[in-house]
Amino acid sequence: MSGNIILRIVGKLFIPFIILFALYVQFHGDFGPGGGFQAGVIFAAAFVLYGLIFGVEKAKRVIHPNVLQTCIALGVLLYAGTGVAGILLGGNFLDYGALNSHDPVHGQHLGILLVEFGVGMTVASVMMSTFFLFASRGRPS
Amino acid sequence: MIDQHLPILLIVVPLMAAPLCILLRRRELSLILAVVVCWACLSMAARLLQRTLSEGVISYHLGGWPPPWGIEYRVDPVNAFVLLLVAFIGAIVILYAPCSVNAELPEIRTSLFYTAYLLCFTGLMGMTVTGDAFNVFVFLEISSLSTYALIGMGKDRRALTASYRYLVMGTVGATFFVIGLGLMYMKTGTLNMADLARLLPQEMHTRTILAAFAFITVGLSLKLALFPLHVWLPNAYAYAPSIVTAFIAATATKVSVYVFLRFYFTIFGADFAFNNLHIDMFLVPLGLAGIFVASLVAVFQSNIKRMLAYSSVAQVGYMMVGVGLFSVTGLTATLIHLFNHAVMKGALFLAVGCFTLRLGGCELADLRGAGRRMPVTTTAFIFGGLSLIGVPLTVGFVSKWYLVLAALERGWWPVAVLVLLGSLIAVAYIWRVVEAAYFQKPDNEREISEAPLSMLIPTWLLIGATLYFGFTASFTGGVAQRGAEILMGIGS
Amino acid sequence: MIEIDVGLINYWVVIFLMMTGFYIVMASRNLIKKMVGLSLFQSSVFIMYITAGKVLGGTAPILTKPGTDYSNPLPHVLILTAIVVGIATTGMGMALIIRINEAYGTVEENEIRSQDAAE
Repeated sequence: MSGNIILRIVGKLFIPFIILFALYVQFHGDFGPGGGFQAGVIFAAAFVLYGLIFGVEKAKRVIHPNVLQTCIALGVLLYAGTGVAGILLGGNFLDYGALNSHDPVHGQHLGILLVEFGVGMTVASVMMSTFFLFASRGRPS
Repeated sequence: MIDQHLPILLIVVPLMAAPLCILLRRRELSLILAVVVCWACLSMAARLLQRTLSEGVISYHLGGWPPPWGIEYRVDPVNAFVLLLVAFIGAIVILYAPCSVNAELPEIRTSLFYTAYLLCFTGLMGMTVTGDAFNVFVFLEISSLSTYALIGMGKDRRALTASYRYLVMGTVGATFFVIGLGLMYMKTGTLNMADLARLLPQEMHTRTILAAFAFITVGLSLKLALFPLHVWLPNAYAYAPSIVTAFIAATATKVSVYVFLRFYFTIFGADFAFNNLHIDMFLVPLGLAGIFVASLVAVFQSNIKRMLAYSSVAQVGYMMVGVGLFSVTGLTATLIHLFNHAVMKGALFLAVGCFTLRLGGCELADLRGAGRRMPVTTTAFIFGGLSLIGVPLTVGFVSKWYLVLAALERGWWPVAVLVLLGSLIAVAYIWRVVEAAYFQKPDNEREISEAPLSMLIPTWLLIGATLYFGFTASFTGGVAQRGAEILMGIGS
Repeated sequence: MIEIDVGLINYWVVIFLMMTGFYIVMASRNLIKKMVGLSLFQSSVFIMYITAGKVLGGTAPILTKPGTDYSNPLPHVLILTAIVVGIATTGMGMALIIRINEAYGTVEENEIRSQDAAE
């Protein structure tokens, strides 16, 4: 589809804003509707759009599937690691309040930020690698 | 400190190990990590059971939020027992992995195999440990999705269709379960199991709760393969890689049975399910039908894995009859059979895996003459088979003993007779394997050696457990009885 | 009478979607169409939960000043999880269909069955 000039121009125009919106949804999740799941999907949508317009091979050059696989694992580890940090600091699992010894509310902000970041990372990588895996599978002759 | 966090560590440790397996990439490292994690979980589960037996219920509040607002993990002897079972099977079966996985899976997928295995393990543990009804659904799906992936790794292309079929039926079952939860939540406004048990009695007469009960019953029956909702099971077990079959056959349906018991006895209450709705009039016939139909179908199978899969459907039938008898002895029979069947079916499928590795298949025809060529494996299979039949001094006998006792206690002697008749059919299908292995000549004169030690040892460990717990049932029987009393609301 | 019907309209929608999806799962012989039915079936449950948590005139449950009505956030959170599960299921199912198509050269159930029977 990369031959179509309208798609290419509009795509190039939109993709940065989609990514920006994803980051907004991710980090504004503390104060408004949003969070890691939604942000991850929106973030992945930018790359899927790029892949659709410019071809999967080019999209893979931007983010290599191996990197994605690592990110999937790291996101889950970040989530679970935040929970375990709660245990190590003397609270229960996922007890964000324990993350800051002075003010539990600060700890909760930090905890939810880390957890949502982990979620966003995993969701975005999973969506992208699903797309890459499906798109690069050839049709049987 | 670890002692206090045991319930959550059982979940988090395998959950964190799963992505680590992806990061490690090398299959040897993934294997070592998986083995260490499974054995660590086994020791934690053992400690947890010991603590619940001495201290009673252990409650763990995630994030420090007290129930019913936060998610609570609630461990009593019943689920500690099931946790120990899952961890035990998981720890033994993973030892079997190095040879079996390398032989049956392409190399690129092996480290991902351990990821899926650990996720499945996490899901099953989570379903058991949690005290929050929606959490059960989440863990159910974690374990189911990883099971679909594990089954789809089978060599035969029919593994793919089997996995797909399981996916469709499993998802329908899980969705039914969620509908039931939603209806209960609308009525009570809570999802904590203990809180639901407290609030539901006021709403019992409403149609919403009746519908919820029906949805949950059907959904869980699909997951635990209650006849006639078992159609996904035989193909899924038959075409999955051997190690996967051994693991899921020994654990997945058992954990679903546990969830079924938990919902019936703890949440809805035995009084509602049995005295009001007479659910026993539905469970006992279906259980008996499952025993007979599935056992008879098993006799005519030529593929041993498929034969054992049908036998699993029959064994679920025994467990459901135990529930339907609605007494402490009946529930003891169910709980003890949960453990016993897991041990013996795990051992049998592991033995079949050894046959598959050396003989190139697990059709009856492949097994001809196996008795002389692979004596150690065949002996293991025979011991497992004897236990399946219910010969004294094996675990199978212990479960049947309790079941017959419970049937007689209730005065339903025809049920007792039918249970014993069902065991006779097991003789028929086990005999076909014995006949092929000892009394028929092999088709070819190929030199065939015994299976490698790393596969024989786990097989014999489970067979050893079959014989040990058949010889002295005081541990399993004691814990199962305690669990049954708790479920029936007698004692603490 | 009419009031009751209007009040229950979300359940009518849910049941309609649920049964449509369930029918497709059972009746369709095409594996991809089955997945479509399954997704529809799951979506109906999402709607059931979310409409049950809605308070008319309520806003998002972020309290700026006391006394504002807000919708119950818990069903949303539960369904967020269920949606993720649904996506994972669909993805898993589609992946299996791709591999089935590679192995059998078809996604029609009866053709797959006849190929299996021929073996």
